[in-house]
Amino acid sequence: MSGPKTDFLSKLGSRLVIGLPMFWLLLFFLVPFLVVLQVSLADLRLAQPPFTPIFEWLDGIPSYVGDLENYEFLFSDDLYIRSYLNSVKIAFISSLACLIVGYPIAYVIARADDALRNTLLLLVILPFWTSSLLRIYALIGMYSPTGFINSWLISFGLISEPIQLMQTDFAVYSGIVITYLPLMVLPLYAALQKLDEDLLEASADLGAGPLKTFWQVTLPLSLPGILAGCLLVFIPAVGEYIIPALLGGSGQLMIGKTLWTEFFNNRDWPLASAVAMVMLAVLVIPMMLLRNAQSQEGRS
Amino acid sequence: MGKRHPLILLTAAFGYAILYVPIFIMMIYSFNASRLVTVWGGWSTRWYGELFQNGQIGDAAWVSLVVAFGAAVVGTVFGTLIGYALARIGRFRGRLLLSGMATAPIVMPEVVTGLSLLLLFISMENLIGWPAGRGLTTVIIAHGTFCMAYVAVIIQGRLSDFDTSIEEAAMDLGARQPWIFFQVTLPVIMPAIIAGWLLSFTLSFDDLVIASFVNGPGSSTLPMVIFSKVRLGLTPEINALATIMVAVVAVGVIGANLLARRQVKTQKRLQKS
Repeated sequence: MSGPKTDFLSKLGSRLVIGLPMFWLLLFFLVPFLVVLQVSLADLRLAQPPFTPIFEWLDGIPSYVGDLENYEFLFSDDLYIRSYLNSVKIAFISSLACLIVGYPIAYVIARADDALRNTLLLLVILPFWTSSLLRIYALIGMYSPTGFINSWLISFGLISEPIQLMQTDFAVYSGIVITYLPLMVLPLYAALQKLDEDLLEASADLGAGPLKTFWQVTLPLSLPGILAGCLLVFIPAVGEYIIPALLGGSGQLMIGKTLWTEFFNNRDWPLASAVAMVMLAVLVIPMMLLRNAQSQEGRS
Repeated sequence: MGKRHPLILLTAAFGYAILYVPIFIMMIYSFNASRLVTVWGGWSTRWYGELFQNGQIGDAAWVSLVVAFGAAVVGTVFGTLIGYALARIGRFRGRLLLSGMATAPIVMPEVVTGLSLLLLFISMENLIGWPAGRGLTTVIIAHGTFCMAYVAVIIQGRLSDFDTSIEEAAMDLGARQPWIFFQVTLPVIMPAIIAGWLLSFTLSFDDLVIASFVNGPGSSTLPMVIFSKVRLGLTPEINALATIMVAVVAVGVIGANLLARRQVKTQKRLQKS
């Protein structure tokens, strides 16, 4: 039945199925990083485009004239080093906060009966479909000096002056938590759902109290979900721009905000590119850990 | 801790509360008559009226709809191809590269994606003259690229859920590719494709950071306009706009969920009889 003609068709088909998206992703995902690398090695100039070429014709041969000046500058000015360190710190604390808020939610969903489980899960996924910008906007309505929290506290007589909630680290942490909570709950739920209830009963039969069962059975078995959830929050939080720009103070350094300022305000494209390359270097290990965690989950 | 320890239920309820309380308060205050966003001045739909007369917001909403539609089509077509290739065409050269490139955009920081694509577009324009300037096309390309990553994950998941026996049966009956794909595989994964298209549409419609990098002058998207307004403070029109956007998404997601649940129930009933 399979004549040479249909074989040719099906071979051509799979070539196209693989080739078309491969071409697109090479062009619009991989090549752009090479361009960023190239620009990060160039120098700033007042022209269009605002950076020098890194290859020039010298005596008829193309020669490399790029340099590491932008990187040297990044590591000599402590503004950038503090931005990186502060971003990692904020992302780490936010991931922990997300875990503390998300774990009970995932636990309740995993142990709920079928009808309720579906609804509870839907309520976690729903915010993921709504604009994160608008959710941050709603949070500003809660936190601003004339916002709802302050006006309620004042009307109940608990405080007389508004307390500073906006432009604090706390505002940024809570912004990251409400934005990325769904990404934490879903892998936790997946891990907890797989947990065999017989194990919990066995642990109880052997005399372990509920707290001990949690520490020695439930928690260790949900570790893959914890790792995946924390990384899914940590990685985007490091480079986050909108949340620190709207909720954080002007003195609060985060690397996404620094990159944005270098690019849009200072128009220093080569330096912004160097900031991006170093950010990727910082994130390579968490990204590889995440890939590892996800492929392990896929196998089991 | 027991199955339904009150402490666990309480903390879970707290988690849901921080997701929903700010949005509910914002929605209620969108019907506030007072210009002061946080002072209640009675019920009114005044801000909805002013919102619909705001030309800047209307134009930006149209731009965002066009971009989201285009990005969702690009993302769904290519994402489906990637998901199919990874789930059905076993070993092939470049498989690792394709699967890596297909999932990386999901975790890539948006500022890096935006910057790298803008620099690419500028380099391409200098080299080959395309794309001439930046605007709708460049935003659609940029959004389509990260959307296809999400679609690929959804399609690959759906395809690995159902085994190849139906496709093999079609082959035994003499069918060949690409007819097997169009007549057997495609109908089975259609719900996943629709879900992928809708997710792509929403992701593109909501994106601010990438669009800010790759957009040109004169075609601001809705999030860009909202962001510039929010930086200046709270405005009642944005409350009204946000309420409409959240309501549309909520109705869509809940509706789709109810539909899917009814389908599952009918399937179960059919299997029993």
